[in-house]
Amino acid sequence: MALLSVDDLKVSFVGRAGVTRAVDGISFTVEKGQITAIIGESGSGKSVACYSLLGLVPMPPGRIDGGRALFEDRDLLAMSERELREVRGRDIAMVFQDPMTCLNPYLRIGEQLIEPLVYHQRVSKDEARKRALELLEEVGIRDPATTIDNYPHEFSGGMRQRVMIAMALINEPKLLIADEPTTALDVTIQAQILRLLADLQKKHDIGVIFISHDLAVVADIADQIAVMEKGRIVEHGNRQKIFHGAEHPYTRKLLAAIPAGSRPAPEANGDVLVDVQRLRTWFGDPAAPVKAVNDVSFSARRGEVLGLVGESGSGKSTIGRSLLRLAPVTGGSICFDGTELTGLEGRALKAMRRRMQMIFQDPFASLNPRMTVYDTLAEPLLLHRIANRRSVEEKVLKLMDDVGLARAFVRKYPHEFSGGQRQRIAIGRALATRPDFVVADEPVSALDVTIQAQILDLMLELGKEYGLTMLFISHDLAVVRHIADRIIVLFRGEIVEEGTGQQLFEAPQEDYTRRLLDSIPGRGLLA
Amino acid sequence: MSDVASTLEYAEAGTSLWQDAWVRLRRNRLAVFGLVVMATLIVLALLTPWIAPYAYDAQDLDLGATPPSAAHWLGTDVFGRDMLTQILYGGRISLAVGFVATAVALLIGVTWGAIAGYAGGKVDAVMMRLVDILYALPFMIFIVLLMVVFGRNVLLLFLAIGAVEWLTMARIMRGQVQSLRQQEFVEAAISIGLPTTTIIRRHLVPNALGPIIVYTTLTIPQVMLLEAFLSFLGLGIQPPQTSWGLLISYGAETMEEYPWLLIFPGAALTLTLFSLNFLGDGLRDALDVRGAKD
Amino acid sequence: MERFIALRLLQAIPVILAVITVTFFLVRVAPGGPFDSEKAVIPEVKAALERQYRLDLPLLQQYTAYLGDLAQGDLGPSFKYPGRSVNELIAAGLPVTAELGLYALLVAVLIGGSAGIFASLKPNTAQDYLPMAAAMIGICMPTFLLGPLLVLVFGIHLEWLPVSGWGDIPGDKLLPSITLGAAYAAYIARLSRAGMLEVLNQDYIRTARAKGLPEWQVVVKHALRGGLIPVVAFLGPAFAGLLAGSFVVETIFQIPGLGRFYVQAAFNRDYTMILGTTVFLSTLIVLFNLASDILAAWLNPRLRHQFGSSR
Repeated sequence: MALLSVDDLKVSFVGRAGVTRAVDGISFTVEKGQITAIIGESGSGKSVACYSLLGLVPMPPGRIDGGRALFEDRDLLAMSERELREVRGRDIAMVFQDPMTCLNPYLRIGEQLIEPLVYHQRVSKDEARKRALELLEEVGIRDPATTIDNYPHEFSGGMRQRVMIAMALINEPKLLIADEPTTALDVTIQAQILRLLADLQKKHDIGVIFISHDLAVVADIADQIAVMEKGRIVEHGNRQKIFHGAEHPYTRKLLAAIPAGSRPAPEANGDVLVDVQRLRTWFGDPAAPVKAVNDVSFSARRGEVLGLVGESGSGKSTIGRSLLRLAPVTGGSICFDGTELTGLEGRALKAMRRRMQMIFQDPFASLNPRMTVYDTLAEPLLLHRIANRRSVEEKVLKLMDDVGLARAFVRKYPHEFSGGQRQRIAIGRALATRPDFVVADEPVSALDVTIQAQILDLMLELGKEYGLTMLFISHDLAVVRHIADRIIVLFRGEIVEEGTGQQLFEAPQEDYTRRLLDSIPGRGLLA
Repeated sequence: MSDVASTLEYAEAGTSLWQDAWVRLRRNRLAVFGLVVMATLIVLALLTPWIAPYAYDAQDLDLGATPPSAAHWLGTDVFGRDMLTQILYGGRISLAVGFVATAVALLIGVTWGAIAGYAGGKVDAVMMRLVDILYALPFMIFIVLLMVVFGRNVLLLFLAIGAVEWLTMARIMRGQVQSLRQQEFVEAAISIGLPTTTIIRRHLVPNALGPIIVYTTLTIPQVMLLEAFLSFLGLGIQPPQTSWGLLISYGAETMEEYPWLLIFPGAALTLTLFSLNFLGDGLRDALDVRGAKD
Repeated sequence: MERFIALRLLQAIPVILAVITVTFFLVRVAPGGPFDSEKAVIPEVKAALERQYRLDLPLLQQYTAYLGDLAQGDLGPSFKYPGRSVNELIAAGLPVTAELGLYALLVAVLIGGSAGIFASLKPNTAQDYLPMAAAMIGICMPTFLLGPLLVLVFGIHLEWLPVSGWGDIPGDKLLPSITLGAAYAAYIARLSRAGMLEVLNQDYIRTARAKGLPEWQVVVKHALRGGLIPVVAFLGPAFAGLLAGSFVVETIFQIPGLGRFYVQAAFNRDYTMILGTTVFLSTLIVLFNLASDILAAWLNPRLRHQFGSSR
C-alpha cells in the first residue's frame, strides 16, 4: 500500500481578479522507500500541491477545492489544524529551496535542530542535543560538537542545507518533501547534497517527494517521475519510461531543453579580437587583498563563442565586467581589436563601448522599468547616431523582429513581459549598436528550462547573423558546452583548464574539471 | 523620447508603472479622501483673503466668545474674532510651514543623498558619517533653543525645521541611488556609453522618485506637527500672525468655558494630518515602496 | 561586540562636545545680555554680576572655564534664581520627569507593541484594521491637543480624574502618562506591525510551521525577536521625543518637572539654565540613542559577531 496517495487534488487562489486554479486535479502516489519526483516549470503548481498537503498554503487566499490525500489511511486534507500539526515535522518533514533564508538567523542551529524532537516527542533537551549531534555528523557537518552552537550565518550555503536536512530527519519522518533543495547551490555542492539525500533516503527507508524544475537533477535519484504543466500532471511514470519513452509532447520538450552535446570543434581561423593578458582584480585591504581575479590570460578570435565556466566566487562575472570597463581592474591588459582598453577615457571609451555590449543575468533588473521597449531600444541607436529621429522607428522594429518579439509590443513596459521576453529585449538592446563583441553573463540561468533552450538558440542564431564574438559566462557546464566553441574553466580567480567542449568532456586534465563534470546531474542517463 | 511613439499607432500602448500606481491609488478610498481634503485645503488657503467671512483683524469686544451661530459658523473667540476666519488664516501659515520646510528638506536631502550615493567610496562615507552624527543630535531641543535665542521668526522656523528633516531624506535618497546604481539596467546604460548626466536623468531619477514622493508626503504632517508644537509652547508663530498650533494653545487655556475654541482648530489640524498620512500610506502601497518609515 | 560598543562610545564623545560647543556659543551670541532687562542696574552691580558669572572674560576663556566646570559635573549657577545652581534645579526636576517619561514609555511599549503584534497576526482583517485605525488617530492627534481633550472629558466633564499635579492626588499621574505616551504607542504599534509582517513572511517562519510547532511558538520564539528589532532601534529617538513632549505635558498638567523648568527658563531668558539643561538633556539623549543602537545590534547575531570575538 502506498505511503501517500493523492487523489484529484484541486487548489485555487482567490484574488481581486477572480479565482485562479493553481492545482487542477492531480493524482500521484509515493511508496515507502522510494523517491517520487514532481517536475514542472515556474507556475506549474508543483510547490502549491505539496504545501497544501501540509496546510502550509496560506488560506485565504489559497483554497482547497477538492480531493483526498491519504497518508497512512488518514486524509491529510480532512485533518484539523491541530491534527495536521502533529503530522508536520513528525511524520512528514520538509526541506526547502533556499538554505540562506530558511534557517532562523536569530537562533543557534542547535536550538532549531532539537525543536521538532522536543516538541513532538517530549524528549529532554539534553537527549535531543545528543541526537542532533549524531545527525549533524551523519549529514557531514564537521566538528558538530562546537558548530552546533553557531548561528546560521556562520555556515556556507551547502552546509546550511545539510543542517536543514538533519532538522527534517531528526524525528525519523516517514515522508520527506524536498522543494528544489539544490537549486540555490553550486553544481559541485548540488551533487554532494543529491548524493546525501539519496543515501539517507535508502538508509532510513523513507518516502521522498522531490520537487524540481529540472529533469536532469532527478535523473539519477528518482524512482517515479510526475511531470506537471499548468496545474495538471501531464505524464507520470518510472524513471526509465520518462527518460526513454516519454509520450507527452511537454515531457519531450523538457527533455529536449536539457542542453546536451558539444559543438563541433571550430576551425581555427579568424584573427584575435580580444586579448586579455594577466588580468588582475583585487579588492579590499592592499596588504591582504581578496584576489577576485588573479593573472588571468586568454583570447577570443573573431566570430568565436568563448565559454567561461566557474562556480560562485570564481571571478567569472568580474572578468566579464572588467572587459567592458564596468568593474575596476588592478592590473594586466585588455586589448580589443588592437586598442588597449584599460585607461581609455572620454570619446575613445564611448566609441569602444559601441563595439562591445553586455547581456545580463536577471531580465527583471536589466531593463529600466520606467522605459518602454521602444525607448530602451532607441536609446543606444540615437546615442551612437546609428539612426536619426526619422529612421529610428524602422531600426527599432527591425530589432524586434530579430529577437522574435511582436512589433505590436513595442510600446509596452518591461513588467508587462515574461522573463524570456524580457531577455529578448535585453538581447535586442545589446545588438542595437551592432557590436563586435558581446559578454553574456549567465543570460539563461534565471529562466525556465524550456525558455532557456529558446534563448540559447536565439543567441546562437543572432551571433552568426551579426558576426558576433561572444564571451558566454555560466556556472552550468552543460549549457556552456552546448553553446561555446571553446571553454575556459575558472576556479578561485584563476584559469584551471582550457579547451573545446569535446576535449574537456572526454579528456579533462585537471582534478577540478573532473569534479565539475562529475557533478553534472543526470550525466549517465543523458549521455 | 516618447514623442516618436505617437507614430506607432498600431502598437498597443503599454501601462507604465506610474499609471499602474495611479489605478491602485484610486482604489484606495482613504487615500482618495486624503487627496480630496488636501486639494480643498490648498485651494481654501490660496483663496483665504477673498473667501474669509470677516477681516483677519476684525474684533468685536462687546460680542466676546460666542458658540457657533449663523453669523459665525464656528463661533468667536474672547475678542469676538470670527473663528472660521482665524482658522482659515492659521491654516495658511500652518500649510505654508509644512510645504516650505518640507521643500527645504527635500532640496538639501535629495541633493546630499544623491551625491553621496552616486559618488560612493570615501565621499559617501564622509557625507553619511556626518548625517549619522547630526542624527544623534537632540534637534527638538536645539530648535527650542534657536527660537529662544533668535526670537520667533517664521523664516528661521522654516530653516530650522527643514534642517532637521533633511537627514532622513538624505538617507532614503542615498539608499535609493546606491541600490539603483548596482541594478543591471544602470550598468547596461553605462556600457552603452550614455553620459553620466543622462544616466542620472533618465535611469536613476525616475526610479528613485517613488520613495521620495512617499516620504515627502509623510514629512509634511511631521513638519506641521513640529510647528504646532512650537507655537503651542509660544516659541513658534507669534501674534499678530496665527497658526493652528497657536489657536489650539489659546483654546486650551479657555477650554473649560469655550470648548469650541479648542475643538475647531484641533479638528482642522487633525483632519489635515489624517489626510496627509492616509495619502502617504496610500502612495506607499500604490508605488510599492517598501520600508519607507512606518 | 565589545569593539562595537567601544567604537560607538568613542563616536558619541565628539557629538556631545559639539552639542556643548554649539549650545554655548549660541547662547552667548544671543542678542541682549542677561541683565539688560533689569532696568537701571548700577554699573558697579552689573560689573560685579558679570564677574560672578564670568561674563567679563573673553569668550574663549569663558568657554574653556565652562568646559572645566562641566568636567567636574558643575553646570553653573542660574541667572534668574540667584543662589541656586543649575545642578540643583535639574536635580529637583529630573525625578519627576524621569518618572513621567518611564510611565509614558511603558504605555508606549506595552500598548503599542502588543497592538502591533496583535494586528500583524491577522493582516487585513478587523483584528488588523481596528488597532491600526487607533494608531493612526494617535499619530494625528498631537500631544498638546490630546492632553487638553483628555482633561476636558475625564477631568472636567466626567470628573473621574484630577486635571493637574503630580503625586498630589491618587490618579493624577494617569492622564499625563497616557497623553505623553499615546503618540509613541501609535508609532510603536505601526513599527511592530510592519516589522512582524516582514518577519512572518520570511522563509524561516515557514520552516518553523513545517516542523509542526503551534502558532504561538512560531510567533514568540521565531518571529518576535526579528520583528521587534526596529522597535528597539526606535527607542532612542522615542526617548528624545518623550523628553520634548514632556515640555508640553508638564505645562498642560502643571507638573514641576524638568520640561516645565526648561520652557520657563526659555521665557525668562535664563541663559545658564538653558545652557545647562540643554547640555544635560542632550547628553542624555545621545547616550540613550547609543544604548538603543547597541541593544538592537546585540539582538542581531550577525552584527554581534561582526564586531566581536564571541566565536
